[in-house]
Amino acid sequence: MIHINITDLWLSNYVPILIYSTASQNNSNSGWETKAVEFFQDQLKERDTHTLVPSLNDVPLHYLKPNSLVKFRCLIQDMFDPEFYMGVYETVDPSTKTKMLRCGKYKDVTECGVDFNSRNTVTAERQTFYCVPIPGENPWVKEISSSCLTEARVVPSTSYAPSRQKRSYEEDDDMDTQPQKQREPHAGPHSPSEHHGNGDCKRQETEAPSSQTASASHLDLNFPLPGEKGPSCLVKVYEDWDRFKLNDTLEVYGILSVNLQFILSMETAEEQRVHSPPASLVPRLHMLHAKPLPHNNPLLPSAALEDNSAFLSSTLSEMASVREEILSYFTHVLLGDALAAEYLILHLISNVYSRRDVLPLGKFTLNLSGCPTVASYTERFYQIIQQLVPSSHYLAMSLQNMNQMRLVPKKDYVANRLVSGALQLARNTSLFLDETQLEQGQLDTTGVRNVTALGNLISWQKVDYDFNYHQMEFPCNINVLIASEGRSLLPSDCQIHLQPQVAPSHLEESLSSIHMHPQASSQLNKFRIYLSMARLLDYSISDEVTKSVEDDFVDMRKDDPQSISAEDLHRMLVVARLLSLSLGQTSLSRDSWLRAKHIEMLRRSRMEQHKCVNGNEP
Amino acid sequence: MSSPTSTPGGRKRGRNTNPPTPSSEDPTSPPSQRRRGQDSSTGDLMPMPTSPATDMLSPAAPQDTSLFSSPRPSVQPNEVDMSSPLMYGTPSSRVEGTPRSGVRGTPARQRPDLGSVRKAPQVDLHSEPPSTDGAVASEPNAGQRLVIWGTDVNVGTCKEKFQRFLQRFTDPNSTEDENAGLDLNEPLYMQKLEEISVVGDPVLNVNCRHVQSFDAELYRQLICYPQEVIPTFDMAVNELFFERFPDSILEYQIQVRPYNALKTRNMRSLNPEDIDQLITISGMVIRTSQLIPEMQEGFFQCQVCAYSTRVEVDRGRIAEPAVCRNCNNTHSLALVHNRSVFSDKQMIKVQESPEDMPAGQTPHTTVVYAHNDLVDKVQPGDRVNITGIYRAVPMRVNPRQNNVKSVYKTHIDAIHFRKTDEKRLHGLDEEAEQKLFTEDRVQTLKELAAKPDVYERLSSALAPSIYEHEDIKKGILLQLFGGTRKDFSQTGRGNFRAEVNILLCGDPGTSKSQLLQYVYNLVPRGQYTSGKGSSAVGLTAYVMKDPETRQLVLQTGALVLSDNGICCIDEFDKMSDNTRSVLHEVMEQQTLSIAKAGIICQLNARTAVLAAANPVESQWNPKKTTIENIQLPHTLLSRFDLIFLMLDPQDEAYDRRLAHHLVSLYYQSEEQMEEEFLDMAVLKDYIAYARTYISPRLSEEASQALIEAYVDMRKIGSGRGMVSAYPRQLESLIRLAEAHAKVRFSEKVESIDVEEAKRLHREALKQSATDPRTGFVDISILTTGMSATARKRKEEVAQALKKLIQAKGKTPAMKYQQLLDDLRGQSETAITKELFDEALRALADEDYLTVTGKTVRLLA
Repeated sequence: MIHINITDLWLSNYVPILIYSTASQNNSNSGWETKAVEFFQDQLKERDTHTLVPSLNDVPLHYLKPNSLVKFRCLIQDMFDPEFYMGVYETVDPSTKTKMLRCGKYKDVTECGVDFNSRNTVTAERQTFYCVPIPGENPWVKEISSSCLTEARVVPSTSYAPSRQKRSYEEDDDMDTQPQKQREPHAGPHSPSEHHGNGDCKRQETEAPSSQTASASHLDLNFPLPGEKGPSCLVKVYEDWDRFKLNDTLEVYGILSVNLQFILSMETAEEQRVHSPPASLVPRLHMLHAKPLPHNNPLLPSAALEDNSAFLSSTLSEMASVREEILSYFTHVLLGDALAAEYLILHLISNVYSRRDVLPLGKFTLNLSGCPTVASYTERFYQIIQQLVPSSHYLAMSLQNMNQMRLVPKKDYVANRLVSGALQLARNTSLFLDETQLEQGQLDTTGVRNVTALGNLISWQKVDYDFNYHQMEFPCNINVLIASEGRSLLPSDCQIHLQPQVAPSHLEESLSSIHMHPQASSQLNKFRIYLSMARLLDYSISDEVTKSVEDDFVDMRKDDPQSISAEDLHRMLVVARLLSLSLGQTSLSRDSWLRAKHIEMLRRSRMEQHKCVNGNEP
Repeated sequence: MSSPTSTPGGRKRGRNTNPPTPSSEDPTSPPSQRRRGQDSSTGDLMPMPTSPATDMLSPAAPQDTSLFSSPRPSVQPNEVDMSSPLMYGTPSSRVEGTPRSGVRGTPARQRPDLGSVRKAPQVDLHSEPPSTDGAVASEPNAGQRLVIWGTDVNVGTCKEKFQRFLQRFTDPNSTEDENAGLDLNEPLYMQKLEEISVVGDPVLNVNCRHVQSFDAELYRQLICYPQEVIPTFDMAVNELFFERFPDSILEYQIQVRPYNALKTRNMRSLNPEDIDQLITISGMVIRTSQLIPEMQEGFFQCQVCAYSTRVEVDRGRIAEPAVCRNCNNTHSLALVHNRSVFSDKQMIKVQESPEDMPAGQTPHTTVVYAHNDLVDKVQPGDRVNITGIYRAVPMRVNPRQNNVKSVYKTHIDAIHFRKTDEKRLHGLDEEAEQKLFTEDRVQTLKELAAKPDVYERLSSALAPSIYEHEDIKKGILLQLFGGTRKDFSQTGRGNFRAEVNILLCGDPGTSKSQLLQYVYNLVPRGQYTSGKGSSAVGLTAYVMKDPETRQLVLQTGALVLSDNGICCIDEFDKMSDNTRSVLHEVMEQQTLSIAKAGIICQLNARTAVLAAANPVESQWNPKKTTIENIQLPHTLLSRFDLIFLMLDPQDEAYDRRLAHHLVSLYYQSEEQMEEEFLDMAVLKDYIAYARTYISPRLSEEASQALIEAYVDMRKIGSGRGMVSAYPRQLESLIRLAEAHAKVRFSEKVESIDVEEAKRLHREALKQSATDPRTGFVDISILTTGMSATARKRKEEVAQALKKLIQAKGKTPAMKYQQLLDDLRGQSETAITKELFDEALRALADEDYLTVTGKTVRLLA
């Protein structure tokens, strides 16, 4: 094979051509095709090559050339049925009668003149995933990852450059406010099929501005969270689709296909709409390579931490000092309550790192009770968290929301798809439950079901998806933070009552000053790296410390067996783990254990004071 | 693709864009078709088919083996659609000698389920010099080996083989309930034919497994070329049938419906190689469409001269005659809908059953088309095994264009449905239960079983995250295996319960729920409900009116759904009395009787119950009996084989071990844990294997041991004048012993099993049936709700009271309070008001006195 140095923008245009040509040249011993894909995957592994590939997340669809290489950072929202396609087929030229073998891989439509009677046809199987952008991905993540990619922004190809250029100037300004409009500049599903001529990929500007909103409302793109934006995508997977699971987050590299097909024979109109939406709205992506994402923080190197020891050691050494800063920042946010701030840090870096049969280990749901209800404190508080974690979602637990929202994904058999719900979230998403919004009233059936689903999520870290005739359990890994006035009606691993150090009269003033500290963006980035890093670290306990922990436990039980139960030990072990990690220590030290014990004690004594205050105690 | 009702213009256009068959564009249809059309139009009945269209027979057609694996042949007929009838109309000259006495009077019925006979090859034949065609027709018996184009099926041989199969096959070991009432030593299918002649339902279901055991080659052909072989079978059956029963009258000719193709598989494993083959898949029906009328034959009438003609569907299209043959006007023929012939078709969506699915994936669905009388055979929610032909059809991007989407549309043409859940309600379906194990797996399991400590190993593998409670885990393990099913229905006692029921009670926060969750996740047919949230209806079954069909539908609840599994009920104590009463029947008789909205039935609910209950006071009161602590009726409690207490033991050694366990839970890596404990998957397989294949019986020695154990148990109590064991306890012991033998993969219950059963039973009793007043184990706490000492005490008080009253002499009425004070003054032990009331009640029962309000009257 020819050696090409893929370092320029040719990459995205070149690879598909390379793959198509090699694949169609030979059919039986298709070692070439594998080699081409391998070659390409190797190239991607090299540093920074991947930043040259334009991303569907950042670049509006109409900037991208059909049949070019793009990437997409996404969550697998649904898995469709596998489909059979013509892997290799033969075409006959009507005029010359010459036969030619062609490759159907990485394409949606065949060339003209397929010979159905050919013996060389090979039927192959591929799988389709419906992918959506990572739900709840915060704006700063999008901003940073798109700024990394500026050079990859594809120069529109000459054939349709003029009109494109013009449009982009007009619309660049309102891109942030109205990406919806950007995304769907093309004709809706009712567009007549005459427009696309033959199956070749010349795309035309057919839209009338008035049809834009109509087409948007026409098609529900099935995002888990309401108000989400961004393209969704049908990803065609050719190999090993068993290794992907629902709700996995991936970075998919593939060939973009925007062939417009309208005539498809699905069984029902509804199903047709869902499974083959117009390609201009939901582009197809033929996967060449997929990289599972352990996190979606663009500030961290995407490679595994072990491979990046320089980065690891530099951040590790800084962690303790960053922790101090973030602690004082949170203390300020939590109205001067340092203990609550401490727990907030622990909560934000918690992570289900393992499951022992049904028991998820490492989860640390925090119930922050005693939140002031004035001056929309909880909302402001959420905004601060939003600035720090890569993905998060704010769920106001108002009666109306609980009774009406769809939290649990449900299978729609008419359209044959999984209708998403707000609990279909990627791993490590922060879910902020605002219980201060809850008022007295009646929960109806949906409401009860929703509250049960939240309870299950918190205690078992799983969501039972509703398949109408049965339920299916999907494990998840979501950090749940509950803000409430009294003790929350939902279970939690740890409850802490907020003790504002601010006099009630100054509360208002102090609240409004929370936002008065515009953090320098470098500072914010430091916090962001810190929180994501702490979550990714390994952790262990030495035998020695194990021994002393055991001794401690036995001693505590000796004094008063009622004071500490197995459950308390569970929690203390998690607290100790998170405390060590927050300090950048990868193994538990005696000091950290004592400190964990100490803050637990402080928290419990605080709980004692509030015990009589509310009626939610068992 | 082209619908039968599309306008003639549309069809014409479609026809013109049909590139591979230019020759068939000729307005006159191929010979065979024309013949058929004329036959029908003159009202003649079809002659008996003798072989599929002759023009499909070509001398020694190339047997390209590569064809078998490639789906290519499918492309040809399917490009066309699958709905044209079988072409039975053949020149009958070839089969002079075939007897077809009764056949003549019986019309053949189209089989859209098989799709059209291969038509594409016809095209090839037509393009060949006509002499070939003639050669086939004229020298059929010239010793040539004729096979159907593209296959290695020889019609004659195939037919002969199948007839031999029908005449000779017997299955002495048959357990299928369909064969009930048939003589198993006589040829099975001949008896079925006889049945057809009596009942008149012209459908013959053939178990493919039988075909395979009889003739593997025939079976292979059936699987690979169902489209050709099944019509051949049809012919064979009909010949045979009308030879046997020449006088019987059937609505139409017998159709063969094979089922249980050994390729029974999961939907997930279907791949391109299965296209056009006979497959059986299992799944759950999720949607059925309305009935779709599909045109089989179009009726055309000339607008000018009223000449009428019929055209059959060819590859999903009806070729509109362009010229009237009578008056030679062009484009004068119009379709008359109500004189055309339609067949029924229904689209059914089937989804993978949840048990077959790998974790973290969504279920797959497949489209199934049912034809004719298979329409409306299944309802959404049914679990079915479907046998049919797997099809793939390319999709056209645009009807006017030649380039197609490179994707095929797949579906299954159903030939046979078999509901699986229906059986679950009415009987045991061992076959469906059988999980296939690879030999390697069986070997591993057996090796494991041979280990002396397998029982301990398995019990420690159960919920490793839950600390200690060894006996409870052992109990649950035995519950998972269950006893041996025994049937005494002939002696009038019905089925014996084989399932072990367990109740866990204890302080809140002692990981009872976690155990339940674990068990629920472990067993394939587990259900998890909470006593607080479930009503009697949710547990049992309810009758619902389907909003669409206005049909009454029986919806089953958790207990019925967990038939042959385990029903985990959390917060058992919070259940309403009404709900609990339902459990009485389920937990002993293992059935559920329903009489609702005109539906009266008894459903099987052979489920083991694993329940968890919290004490009434938030903490377990050691001074009270189990009954008093959890406030459950003793009638229900006595139905639990094992009742365990999960209490927080407060001692240092335990604390230390607990701490160690928890800490290691948090820092040990996955691998270390794996080594320590058995994999959950292995445990699952182990249980499934033992449940399916092992059914231990009591050995002589074991029965003796059991008898002894029972006598011993009764003896303990008799010394103190109380009953300490009931037959129910003996049954429990037997079940536990059997389950323990199953754990060892032993077909025999031996004395070690009995020992363990005894030990476990005793342990459980020690925890739950100890009388707090005396410290003795007293079974009557569980069976009558009151300990024997308490009862004795009650009697003593009653006697004392009687004496007191008698001492008072003849006073017909006494003050209640006065009497209580007197009794208190007399007795040396404290007498509570309750005790006094009970004593009064006891005396009232003896008709000694009556209590009315505050006065006590003596009865003379």
